[in-house]
Amino acid sequence: MAQATIDELQGLTTADGTPLRRALHRAERRAKIRAFLLVTPLLVFLAVTFIYPIAQMLWRSIYDDTIVTLLPNTVTAFKDWTDRDQLPPESVFAAFAVDMKQTREDRTIGQVATRVNFEEGGLRSIFTRTARHIDDAKNVTSWRDWFIQENPDWGKLNTWATIERLGHAYSILQYLAATDRQYDDHGNIVMAPEETQIYVPIFIRTLWMSLLVTLLTLLLGYPISYFLATLPIRTSNLLMIMVLLPFWTSLLVRTTSWIVILGKEGVLNDILVWLGLISDDGRIQMIYNQTGTLVAMTQILLPFMVLPLYSVMKTISPSYMRAAMSLGAPRFLAFWKVYAPNTLPGVGAGALLVFILSIGYYITPALVGGRTGQMISNFIAFHMQKSLNWGLAAALGGILLAGVLLLYALYNRLVGVEKLSLG
Amino acid sequence: MARKNDVLVRFTDVQKSYDGETLVVKNLNIDISRGEFLTLLGPSGSGKTTTLMMLAGFETPTHGDIELGGKRLNNVPPHKRDIGMVFQNYALFPHMTVSENLAFPLQVRRKGRSEVAERVQRALDMVQLGSFGNRRPAQLSGGQQQRVALARALVFEPTLVLMDEPLGALDKQLREHMQLEIKHLHEQLGITVVYVTHDQSEALTMSDRIAVFHDGVIQQLATPSDLYERPKNAFVAQFIGENNRLNGKVAKLNGSNACLVTLDSGSQVQALPVNVSGEGSPTTLSLRPERVQINPPEGALPNVFDAKVEELIYLGDHIRTRCSLAGSDDFVVKVPNAQGHSSLQRGSRVKLGWAIEDCRALDA
Repeated sequence: MAQATIDELQGLTTADGTPLRRALHRAERRAKIRAFLLVTPLLVFLAVTFIYPIAQMLWRSIYDDTIVTLLPNTVTAFKDWTDRDQLPPESVFAAFAVDMKQTREDRTIGQVATRVNFEEGGLRSIFTRTARHIDDAKNVTSWRDWFIQENPDWGKLNTWATIERLGHAYSILQYLAATDRQYDDHGNIVMAPEETQIYVPIFIRTLWMSLLVTLLTLLLGYPISYFLATLPIRTSNLLMIMVLLPFWTSLLVRTTSWIVILGKEGVLNDILVWLGLISDDGRIQMIYNQTGTLVAMTQILLPFMVLPLYSVMKTISPSYMRAAMSLGAPRFLAFWKVYAPNTLPGVGAGALLVFILSIGYYITPALVGGRTGQMISNFIAFHMQKSLNWGLAAALGGILLAGVLLLYALYNRLVGVEKLSLG
Repeated sequence: MARKNDVLVRFTDVQKSYDGETLVVKNLNIDISRGEFLTLLGPSGSGKTTTLMMLAGFETPTHGDIELGGKRLNNVPPHKRDIGMVFQNYALFPHMTVSENLAFPLQVRRKGRSEVAERVQRALDMVQLGSFGNRRPAQLSGGQQQRVALARALVFEPTLVLMDEPLGALDKQLREHMQLEIKHLHEQLGITVVYVTHDQSEALTMSDRIAVFHDGVIQQLATPSDLYERPKNAFVAQFIGENNRLNGKVAKLNGSNACLVTLDSGSQVQALPVNVSGEGSPTTLSLRPERVQINPPEGALPNVFDAKVEELIYLGDHIRTRCSLAGSDDFVVKVPNAQGHSSLQRGSRVKLGWAIEDCRALDA
């Protein structure tokens, strides 16, 4: 055994005089290298398939150089536009004409029109229509007059303000759009007109429905978990398999089976009619609305609540309840004062898991949500696949991610992540 | 023995079955008197814990009555029995501080705030943990947790305190210390304690009376000294303390004070008939190792046999000597490590002798 000696200046050293810290480091280096090598494949996989795409999407939400690269002269000329209460000076119009001809030649005018149209609906047609005539314009003295003559919208301050805003590669425009905000003509951030507000209500609905799903799974999952945890292991294992069975069934199958059950001509309505509780004309709409989404999501996410609850409850010794009762507490009081507080780490883990999963849920609301049961992820998918406004999709996703992280931080603050038990 | 009006707990013909096919507790009858320290001792699966759980109210008797202070308990739920209990792993509530744990039974009884605080402090002082009220159970050592559990079971002044192997998780030294501490608390407070353990030395140290359980039946209910010195059957003799067993048949009964037993090896031993059914019946002779004399003076003892020393184990205060004698090679003699004790050598031949009353003829 190496004897450590204390040297006043160098601290502890081993028997041969090597500083203890360095000796320890050297002794542990091999183990560290091996551990690192073991996780490397996963690390690379995660970096390529997970971290990089997320980073790229987040980047896309604040960076967009379409206008900067396709309308370079216009973007430069905007420097001359000092009085923002007036239309831009002639130099901007002239530069814009040059850019427009160029984009028409390069067949990139569509990209410009699309990008501008995302920002201000209706601008696409103005762009494409004007561009069709720009090659015919000869000997133009005032491009400003030509444009306004071509389409009176070119004489609107807002049109030019929009193009100018898009002329900055870095911007928070997508985040404003994602929170139903916009710039007014004077460059102040204001709420969009009420009739065009979409995302804030959808975010609120998403949060509200996620909260409901979390509460419902807790309400349904807690007694089940308690029951499972108190049963002998053989029986509880069997029942656990039944809880997990949905896990092994396709999400699509589970969701569509709810259509069969909850549909207007579905099993549940048929039974209610047969029992005479409702008339044949009074069949209840239980699917393709929020109810459908709530029911299906609750069922699908229930195992994520049951598993952490069960794993925590399993570790709570039954003698706690017995002790509480022997000390004079009736069964319910004993449960509430002694058992329930000890299940909190499981409740926290389950609730956090279900809430985070449901906040980004996509397939189920898409299939059974109808119009009123759509959640934010359905809109993100819409912008990714249909409208191809990836910047907005990225901004919506970024807000969602920030929300989840905030929640996680809050949970960490209140309960402590180290107490999280996921089973 | 308790006088009739002093009986606090009475089990009458209590039986318990979990599966409807076998009885875990068979026809149990005990009277526990007020202020008594009664230990239920037995190997695991002998029914002692089931008996305790029935008394606490966590298990229902399949048949028979349990009375506490003259009141039938069978249908009284656990929280109305007013019985304090110390659990095997203490069952201290981990999310409460020590003080909150102690206050719990008082709060559910709706005691006033100042009374609760005062009684909690008194209970903590009683177990010498006066300054530990704000700690969590996890911050205490095993022995401290044990004391808190004890204080919690006593703080609401229950009529009866049950303890289910409360010292099982402690190391030997601490266990022995706590045994004395519990015993002294019992003496000071005059409480009635029913204590479950499988550790016979613990039972001997602490109890007023011990009920030895085996196979769901009380084999013997007696004071520690009676149990050790006058075991009624082979199981008790075997279970309590160390014991040399010699198997044989009763050859002749000479009244109630002596009998002649022929061992399987053919040797004849004079013994005290305790639990033999008659001449010719098989019997187990029980003999405590410390009652065997080495090379006794000629004619002093009725039973003297030749033996060979097989093994010597040095244990400090005594030397455990394993000999072969009359066909048994596991005959143990304790040689005290006193001044001038006989020093034996392995393989040497000695004479071993004992008195009639130390050699008890029990059931086979």
